[in-house]
Amino acid sequence: MSDNQASIETAENQVARTDVREYLTFSLGEEHYALDIMAVKEIRGYEAVTRIANAPDFIKGVINLRGDIVPIVDLRLKFNVGEATYDEFTIVIVIQIHDRMVGIVVDGVSDVISLSREERRPPPEFGVAFDSRFLVGLAKVQDHMVILVNIEALITSQELGLVEVGAQESPDVDS
Amino acid sequence: MSIDLNQFHTVFFEESQEHIDTMEQLLMAMDLDAPDPEDLNSVFRAAHSIKGGSGIFGFTALGQITHVMENLLDQLRNGQRQLSNQLVDHFLSVIDCLRRILDQYRSGEEVDWAEVESVAQGLEAVLNDGTVIAGKGAEASGGVAEDDAFGFFEPEATQGDSSADNSWGLFDEHASPEPTSDSPDQNEAFGFFDEPAEPDRPAASPAPAASMQKAKPKPKPSSSESSTIRVGIDKVDSLINLVGELVITQSMLKVLGEDPDNIDTLKMTTVLGELERNTREIQESVMSIRMIPVSFVFNRFPRVVRDLASKMNKQVELQLEGSQTELDKGLIEKLVDPLTHLVRNSIDHGIESPEQRLAAGKPEKGAITISASQRGGSIIIAISDDGAGLNREKILAKARQNGLPVADDLPDAEVWDLIFQPGFSTAEQVTDVSGRGVGMDVVRRNIQQLGGRIEITSTASVGSTFTIQLPLTLAIVDGMGVAVGGQTFIIPLVSIIESMQPSRANLKQLGGSDLLHVREEYWPLLPLYQVMETEPRHRDPAEAIVVLIETSKRRYGLVVDELVGQQQVVIKSLEQHYRRVPGAAGATIMGDGSVALILDVESLADIVQEPAEETA
Repeated sequence: MSDNQASIETAENQVARTDVREYLTFSLGEEHYALDIMAVKEIRGYEAVTRIANAPDFIKGVINLRGDIVPIVDLRLKFNVGEATYDEFTIVIVIQIHDRMVGIVVDGVSDVISLSREERRPPPEFGVAFDSRFLVGLAKVQDHMVILVNIEALITSQELGLVEVGAQESPDVDS
Repeated sequence: MSIDLNQFHTVFFEESQEHIDTMEQLLMAMDLDAPDPEDLNSVFRAAHSIKGGSGIFGFTALGQITHVMENLLDQLRNGQRQLSNQLVDHFLSVIDCLRRILDQYRSGEEVDWAEVESVAQGLEAVLNDGTVIAGKGAEASGGVAEDDAFGFFEPEATQGDSSADNSWGLFDEHASPEPTSDSPDQNEAFGFFDEPAEPDRPAASPAPAASMQKAKPKPKPSSSESSTIRVGIDKVDSLINLVGELVITQSMLKVLGEDPDNIDTLKMTTVLGELERNTREIQESVMSIRMIPVSFVFNRFPRVVRDLASKMNKQVELQLEGSQTELDKGLIEKLVDPLTHLVRNSIDHGIESPEQRLAAGKPEKGAITISASQRGGSIIIAISDDGAGLNREKILAKARQNGLPVADDLPDAEVWDLIFQPGFSTAEQVTDVSGRGVGMDVVRRNIQQLGGRIEITSTASVGSTFTIQLPLTLAIVDGMGVAVGGQTFIIPLVSIIESMQPSRANLKQLGGSDLLHVREEYWPLLPLYQVMETEPRHRDPAEAIVVLIETSKRRYGLVVDELVGQQQVVIKSLEQHYRRVPGAAGATIMGDGSVALILDVESLADIVQEPAEETA
């Protein structure tokens, strides 16, 4: 009996998981993006970083996050959107994927939205700053479009160079 | 219940490991003609303990072998049999087999029963070779008692009677709850904690399949070998005391902080000083928990030397010194391979054959000494032999053959260094007996990875010494903070010779690179701002500070803006969340919470431009 109940529950969970997902929306320049909220560890203000020599300019450096040395990537520099300014309003989203943490600098964090499967549409092929490999979909929120980012693919991509070449290339979880 | 058993398994594995090591060491040290009865007893006890434990936990393969071993040892200690070299060899091979089986059980792999059978039969053959009174060798007679011992697999048997067998009912989930509590044999129920229990009981099981079923479903803690550590109770006690002091200091600070307007600065300073002392002592105490004696590695060498020497028809006496020197557990585990290689090297290439030795006027028996000692913040491990020494001509010839540009008048130290070159095969100099695929270049690389370095001194026909210098621990280093362009970097203190502000007169230009003349030597200069791409305060080395660095490859001067100060830093991994950074060995967190990179002086040395020719 309890077995039955449990299986129904898990089935429901699965339906819920595949159907409605929560996303954190953020802005880069004029564009609005969203990433799976489960990947977000925390949101914090921008603070002084320790620069790493010979790293690409979009890697701002590393910070001390409670004893862990975490790299900070400025997506505005990486994708040439907006102005890369740093002030008290600059936001860092700390992402955790598997056991790796990365901070990404964005222009602002707006909201947490829930999207059902129907609301998620296929990603645009062009016209956005992000490479389409890192996009999983598009959604309309109120009066503007939000682009859904596959943050895991982005973070582990060789292009960003955050992961040692030859290290694990994780299969994407999003569909 | 099953969780509890798992805990016992871990303990059993560890203890068996120790027993196996003890047996090996004692057998190696045994005097063949007049073995010390106490030593024989110890070997016997070790075998017996493994047998007892393996029977209880159903690791029957171990029991099967140790049982026969025990019989053989019993004959030895009763004087019924004479110990011989062959017998010791046989025992050693059996011990190797036990070790393999133990590993198989530990990792949850399938036990190689064919091997177990053949080893047990090999021992039986020795046992029954007719030189002693028979009787003990008859295994079959024990069969009935053994069935009883394993009766706990049959619920009827355990429920049926409450005799001694019931004691084993404890392992049976269905049978135990009620009967054990009001059983008249309750005391016996705990009998299995008594080591000797009943010697013959768990022996050579007639039902290996059944006991395997019992053993298999248990989830095996994988690689538990490296995940546990035995710590002396005194170390734990001192840590508890220190934590107690820390709590007191914390409450003193709390009281002081309750009234922020009236802070007694003098008292505050005292308490903060106290806190600093507490922290440092706790740090030292915690680090000491990770320290284990180097005997952990050293103890395997008598065996290595014995095996290899007999294989090569050489006579070698091994001496171990300073086995009690303590070293970080992580370091010790990584030292095993390099040290083994060096020891093999010494026997293979260093020590000559007895004939050659006699001809050279040396004692027939070669000597190898492995010593460990602590010097300041480093551990020195030296492997020396009284063999032929390195052959300068052959090394130089080999180097030329490999296309390395070498001069005839190269200093000895640099010639010896050549053997660390990758691909510097020793095949021509000597027979390659080791064949482990670990070259000297790998040895050096391994040691460098541990933050250490290796040096060779060698004199022809007198012998060679390989000296390894290692930091005491991996997690914390003594470092010197230096600043360049507003950024702070840490240089490991062990590599620093001295720091100075160079005078303009001592600075020379050669082929576009700066040289500093100091200590009767010309040091190539490496400006840190170039490597780390920052804007220095002064580009002119005469205005800056030069830190003289010594690495295993070369010596150079690092040009920095200023010295920040000496401090202990905790090494943090950059690779955990990012990747390896060229020139950095890791990172650390400074007092203000910012991140500073720890410089990898070894890899920085590769960037140093070697001046065309060192002219005086």
